[in-house]
Amino acid sequence: MSKQTPTEHTPQNPHHAQPSGLFHWFEQRTGLNRLLHHTLDEPIPGGARFAFIFGSGLLFIFLSQVITGIFLALYYVPSVDHAHVTVAYITKVVAAGSFLRSLHVYGASAMVIIVLLHLSQTFLYGSYKGKRELLWLSGTVLFTLVMGMAFTGYLLPWDQKSYFATAVGTNVASEVPLIGGFAKRMLRGGNQLGTLTLSRFYAMHVLYIPLLIFLFMAIHIYLFRKAGAAGPISESPIHPAQKTESFYPRQLVMDLGFASLLIVALGFAAFIAPAALGPLANPADTHYLPRPDWYFRPLFEWLKIWHGQAEFLRILVIPTIIVFLFVALPFLDRSPERRPWRRPLAVGIYSVVFIALISLGAYSYYQDAHDKDIAAQLALQRKAQQQYMKTPFQPQLVGAPLPGAAQAKKAPASPLAIAGRKIFESHGCFACHGEGAVGTAIAPRIIGIGNKFSEEQMENLFQHPTAKMSAGGMPHFQFTPNDVKALRAYLDSLQ
Amino acid sequence: MTTVSNQQNEEPSRPSEPIQDIRVLEGRRSFFLWLVAIGSATMGALLSIPLIRYALYPVFAKTTSAPWSKLGNKNQYASISAPVRKTIDIEQVNGWMKSVSRKPVYVTKGNRKGSLEGTEVLSAVCPHLGCDVPWNADAKKFMCPCHGSVFAPDGSLVQGPAQRGMDTLPIKTEEDVLMVRYEYFQALLSNKKLVG
Repeated sequence: MSKQTPTEHTPQNPHHAQPSGLFHWFEQRTGLNRLLHHTLDEPIPGGARFAFIFGSGLLFIFLSQVITGIFLALYYVPSVDHAHVTVAYITKVVAAGSFLRSLHVYGASAMVIIVLLHLSQTFLYGSYKGKRELLWLSGTVLFTLVMGMAFTGYLLPWDQKSYFATAVGTNVASEVPLIGGFAKRMLRGGNQLGTLTLSRFYAMHVLYIPLLIFLFMAIHIYLFRKAGAAGPISESPIHPAQKTESFYPRQLVMDLGFASLLIVALGFAAFIAPAALGPLANPADTHYLPRPDWYFRPLFEWLKIWHGQAEFLRILVIPTIIVFLFVALPFLDRSPERRPWRRPLAVGIYSVVFIALISLGAYSYYQDAHDKDIAAQLALQRKAQQQYMKTPFQPQLVGAPLPGAAQAKKAPASPLAIAGRKIFESHGCFACHGEGAVGTAIAPRIIGIGNKFSEEQMENLFQHPTAKMSAGGMPHFQFTPNDVKALRAYLDSLQ
Repeated sequence: MTTVSNQQNEEPSRPSEPIQDIRVLEGRRSFFLWLVAIGSATMGALLSIPLIRYALYPVFAKTTSAPWSKLGNKNQYASISAPVRKTIDIEQVNGWMKSVSRKPVYVTKGNRKGSLEGTEVLSAVCPHLGCDVPWNADAKKFMCPCHGSVFAPDGSLVQGPAQRGMDTLPIKTEEDVLMVRYEYFQALLSNKKLVG
């Protein structure tokens, strides 16, 4: 243990002082302490600020989503016939299930809000400038992935709300020129919104998108550390000159304070107003008015608002321009100027888009509240949801209907059939062929066997069973022709 | 690596007494370290409570043992001369799902283990290999058509290959109503053993 660690040693810094024993042994092999120091000593030009808390806030919320999501998967089943009942089970039965699901649902909204705040802060502070194009690009990918998580997660409970919102959402894809129809079928796994859609959305939500998020988060953080923190708007984006302060301790405490605040707020919301679950999706419900969650409302309104002439502007030209400006921002805006008031064009476009989105969303809610018919229907839907939340959990009846339930109850029609039933029961035929002759694992269903064999054939079979019958353990019965007739009548009556 | 003297804009230019500065700052650094560590640990512990309760829910949830099924007023069986075949519907809840199965039983006279005031309820499942055993009214015996095991009216073994008599089921009466709890028993054993 006398070897020097590869760690940098500075005598003034006790944190880097020669450690000893187990810690030293561990550090030599992992370098974790060094990595921790590298992480915590990230220099921030101009010092710690509350404006810089959103990135790590996102990291924390994402972590919370991963943890709650993993736990939700303990009970959830992604198939049309079980999805809703399992979510109802989580919500109504499992200890803390409603709380964890609410954390996850509200966490999704929080994620979208903070991603917008993070994006706005980066934009307004001009933090994308100075060789940070790839950093911004990886951010736009992450933004898309977060919205993808929100979109795919919404369907999973398979209640009325999620079913119809996703029906509309996937229809939007078909508006894309040329590839629209294909995109929609690709999302849905066919033309219909059904169990294949649910499987796809589930796989996207828990495997594909999270993997991409982890990957791009790593890229994003790596590129961020490579380029260095951009600091305040007064700082040069390329040659930072201001005094730096290390991330630890002040920025870390601010970040953690923000994370704690978020978690406490989410926990409070989840506790006070648990996320609701509506009744099971009923695709045949023609009255249901689909409404997406708030973060897709502006898009929803945009697609509704303007029909008829110049359609191509609405669905192609304007969205393409906005997406292009968003993605290509660091390539288009190359001046080192960071102060927002000196960047009127960029900030102007940003404000217009932002205000337009808020207005569209607000207008959508305004319309819903002021159209009497719509408001009444939406109130009805909310009421159905509240009603469903109040009803106690009903386990789902699975498996085949009761063996022979229908047959056993049906009274044999003729006296001959009644006599046949007596023979069937007294000779223990049900032991192998089941109550009501429905068949079991060891012997076949023999209901309506008269359609297959004539009376003579049946008599013959009783006297000379086939090899298969003997091997299956069919006993040798001495039935009179009348017995066979009665049995036939009984077995026919069960059809 | 940042050096400690970069502490924001406080004391902008005082390179003197560096050692003292470091001590003060290190003191503050370790204070923050403790703050962060304790804060995170508390937060983590608080958040893990619902997670643990959630994950352990089915472990500690009270298992719904097969419920008691009604077989009607016990007096109707007071003077039966032969075993009476009855079917009961059993509802089994398994997490979020529920299944209903219909099972045949015999109400009969007897004083074997599990009887109540001279009445027994037998599982119709043959203790040999699980066939549904019918009552043969002519022979006045239970005769299994699968492998020929024969049982007396009270279910006791008359002739193999079964190694034990037909299994009695737990019964009770509630306000004169005969109730039975359906159970499954291991096949091929000489003594009755409940299947988990």
